[in-house]
Formats: sequence, structure tokens, C-alpha cells
Amino acid sequence: MNKGARISIVLVSAAVAVGLILFGIFGYLRTYPPTVVFTPSPTQPHTVDVTLQVDPDVGPGHAHPAWPGWFAKNAQGKWVQTTLYQVPERTYVHVTVYEYDSGGPLRNPIWGKVTGTVGNDVVLNGKTVSLLDAAQGFGVGHTIVAPALGLSVPVWGLSGTEKTFCQTGPCTLSNAHNVETFTFYTGNHPHNYRWQCFIPCGAGYLNGNGGPMATTGYMAGFWKVVA
Amino acid sequence: MAMTEEAMRERKEYAKKAGWKIFAIWLVLSLIGEVLVLYVWGPHMPPGDMTTSAASQQFDFKVLTAMVVPVLLMVWVYGAWSLINFHATKTDRGDGIPLRGNRRVQGIWYVTSAALVLFLAGFGTYELINGNGVGSGEGPSPIWKPTAKHMLVVQVIAQQWRFTYRWPQFGGMETTSIDLPADTTIQFDVTSLDVIHDFWAYQLGVKADANPDVNNVAYTTTSNQLGRFTVRCDELCGIWHGAMYNYGHVVSKSAFYTWASNMEAQNASVTKLLPPFATTYTPSYSGAGGGYYPSYDPNGHAVTY
Ligand SMILES: [Cu+2]
Ligand SMILES: [Cu+2]
Repeated sequence: MNKGARISIVLVSAAVAVGLILFGIFGYLRTYPPTVVFTPSPTQPHTVDVTLQVDPDVGPGHAHPAWPGWFAKNAQGKWVQTTLYQVPERTYVHVTVYEYDSGGPLRNPIWGKVTGTVGNDVVLNGKTVSLLDAAQGFGVGHTIVAPALGLSVPVWGLSGTEKTFCQTGPCTLSNAHNVETFTFYTGNHPHNYRWQCFIPCGAGYLNGNGGPMATTGYMAGFWKVVA
Repeated sequence: MAMTEEAMRERKEYAKKAGWKIFAIWLVLSLIGEVLVLYVWGPHMPPGDMTTSAASQQFDFKVLTAMVVPVLLMVWVYGAWSLINFHATKTDRGDGIPLRGNRRVQGIWYVTSAALVLFLAGFGTYELINGNGVGSGEGPSPIWKPTAKHMLVVQVIAQQWRFTYRWPQFGGMETTSIDLPADTTIQFDVTSLDVIHDFWAYQLGVKADANPDVNNVAYTTTSNQLGRFTVRCDELCGIWHGAMYNYGHVVSKSAFYTWASNMEAQNASVTKLLPPFATTYTPSYSGAGGGYYPSYDPNGHAVTY
């Protein structure tokens, strides 16, 4: 074999090796949960309805069946396990949250305050509230906080001993649940606004903060506000 | 091919002349460089002069750059001169001059670099411990405290993944945004609720680690330069570490008091629920918010939450 051929073999195999490594890395990085797209109805152009549920365990069929996580109802009425929601800009987003998880006191009580919603309040089981005292009742289960949108919504927790407490998601309305509704405005700066839960709900992880808390699709995600 | 006496003397003459020329070029460029560094670039150096600490850091950068410029220029001028003039022609096969040590040049070299290094060591140490220096008024027990009678206390609470601010002089309210008054001495009490974070307000020249169960203090005094500053977490702390930043503003004193009293009113409902102000903000080991802390106190500390 001449020199040229040997050099080509080395270069080609190096390129193949680098290619394989990059393919692996980007393949891993590009694994994302699906985005649920919410579109306004033709009759109400600047409003969208978003229906979510948060469960103690997302259940079988998902990457981490025993982790708590969020589901969103897509246009076909199917529950999709994800935290990526696409909504239009300059739009009022009406959110309905079905809460099936238990709660507890807040590590920092400031997260019990509702901010960034229209009226800075939520309707919890039919009652308008602007503050959840997590030291009362069964505390707060999870929160929806999108810092750059100023949005911070605590979600009231259930007692874990409810008779019909949901064990695996997606839960149904026959399970014990709280219903919380609120509305927020998406503004006129299209952007992927990150949101997260501020209740360390990663059971079994250091301070409750690993696992689902650090995983897109479970307790961390994006409100994708598009033009 | 050995050199004749004549040729050697000629070369020595030439080298001496070249040495003086190099020195002259270096001197002129250095003087120009110093003026540029101190008066043109210097006032725009980061982190600016929004606070005493920032101004002090800017001063340090100015001094360091001013010290470095002549050294750098010496290398560059000598290098450039050599590339242009000290190369042999294609036909030149002669030896160079046999080199002997030049005590005087060596002496100047040693003394100058020793003076430079010693100065920097002294200057650096002084700047570390002097008021508003980079290290004096920071840490769990700062060695320097500002003399200001009235200080605004701001507790910075880091957590995965956001900063909140606690204001003991405003009823112990907590906010998710930060405004600061101009011309005011500020005491930052920095702590964390969970893992290690770092409070870095770059334009304020303030940076302090946020460690759970530790109160890291940092002092600074704002100037009357109003504007926006960035608060950034500077310790890799998890998935949203990169998103753990927000913007604060230095505003006029009156604008600040308006903002603070608005915030106090807006947050009154939640302020009632907050634990009493403490310099650390450790969550209860009995498991507030998640319940995954160990059920005992691993350090044997009193729980301050
Ligand atoms: Cu959660
Ligand atoms: Cu951080």
C-alpha cells in the first residue's frame, strides 16, 4: 500500500469515528418529549385552552414510570406526557390543572403566592385564591413557575391517603383530584420560556431536587410562545 | 568561518546601536500605551464604577494592565526588530559574535522584574484586604466592614433555580426581583436553600458563594450611576443553571423607596407566612417542601428555618 492510501485510510476512519461520536451525542441531546401545540379557536382568536394534569407517578409506558410528571391534553383529547407547550403570542392562555398528587409544606413559602396570572389569582375548586399557605391542609403539590413570564402558580396538594388516590398516570376524574384554573397572557416576545416546579419532588434524590426535577418532560419544561 | 577582529567590532557597534534604537522605540510606544491604558481604555474597563467594589476592581485592572503593557511591548518590539533586522542574508555563512554575559543588562533585568513582581505581590495583598477590595468585605466573617451608619440589608437566597431577595428592613418581605438605591451602602447576606450556588452581580463588582447553612456577607456602596445590572448564578448547579439569572436596577433613592413599599404591600400576605428573618434560610430537616431531607439534623445544628 502506498503512502497516500495509508493516509486516506487513517483520515477516513478518524472521520467515521468522530461522526459516530457526534451522532451519539446529538442523538441523545435531541431526545425531547413531544410538544403539544395549542391553537386558538376560530371564534375566540386571542385565547387558547390548556388542560394539564400532574400525577404522583406518570405510570408504565414512560421512561421513568415512578416519577411524578405532567400530562397535557392534545387537540385530539389524548393525554400526552410532556412539559413542552406551544402557545401563540398576544394570547390569553386559560389553564386548567387537574392535580392528583399529594402535597407538603413549602421549602420557601414565597412560592405559595400566585403571580403573573390575570388578577394574580387562581380558581381552586371553585374558589378564587391568591395565596396558598402550604403549612395548612395538605400543602402544595407542585408549582408552575416561568420566571421570565413572571408566572408563578402553586398547585394545591391532596392527602396521600385519599380512598381514590391515583397511583399511576394518566389519572382520571374518578380519582381524587383538585381542579385549579387560571389565565395568563403570553405577551409579545416570542421565546421559549422555561418553566419548572419549585417543590423538590424528586423522591430519592438529594434534597428531592434530582430526577424528575431536572428532567424535561417531568418537572421542567418550556412554554413555547410563538409569533 | 571565524570572524576577523574588524568584523567583530563592526557587529558589536551595530548591535549597540540597534539596542539603543530598540530601547527608544520601546520607550515611546510604552509611554503612548500607558496613556491609552490609563486615560482612554481604563475608564471603560469592566466591571465599571457602579459601586465602590466595581470601581476598585476597575482600578486593579487598570494597574495590572499598566504594569503589563511595557513588558509586552518589550517582547513585541524586540521580536519585531529581530525579525526585520537580525536575520542573516542568504550568502552570509559567518559565525555570530561569541556571546558573553552582560552584567549590567542582566542586573537591570533582574532588578526590574523583581521590583515588578514584588510590587504586584504587595499591591495584590493590599487590594485584597483594603476596604472595598476584592476579598476584604466578603465571606462568612469579613475582615473589613464599611463604616456607614445605615446599611441596606439584602438577603440573597439561591435555590434550584432562582434567586429571591429578603428585605429585613422592609418587614422581612421577600421578592423575586431586586432594585437597589443609589448612593447607599449595601450588605448582601448570601445563602442557599439547597445546593451550592453563587451570587454574581457583575456590574456591582459583587460575587459571593451561596452555600446552604452558611451566611456569606458581601458589602458594597452604590454610586449615583443608575442602570441595570445582571445577577447570575456562577456555580454549576443543575439543569437550569444557565437560566439562573435575572436583572436588577440601581435606581434613585426615592424610586427605590417607592418600589420597596409597593413590594411590601404586594407581598404582605406571603410575608406573614415566611419564617422569621435569619441569616441562613435552611429548610427544616423535618422535610419542608418535599420531605426528602434526612429526618435528623446531620450536623447537630440548631435549625434556623
Ligand atoms: Cu414537582
Ligand atoms: Cu445556581
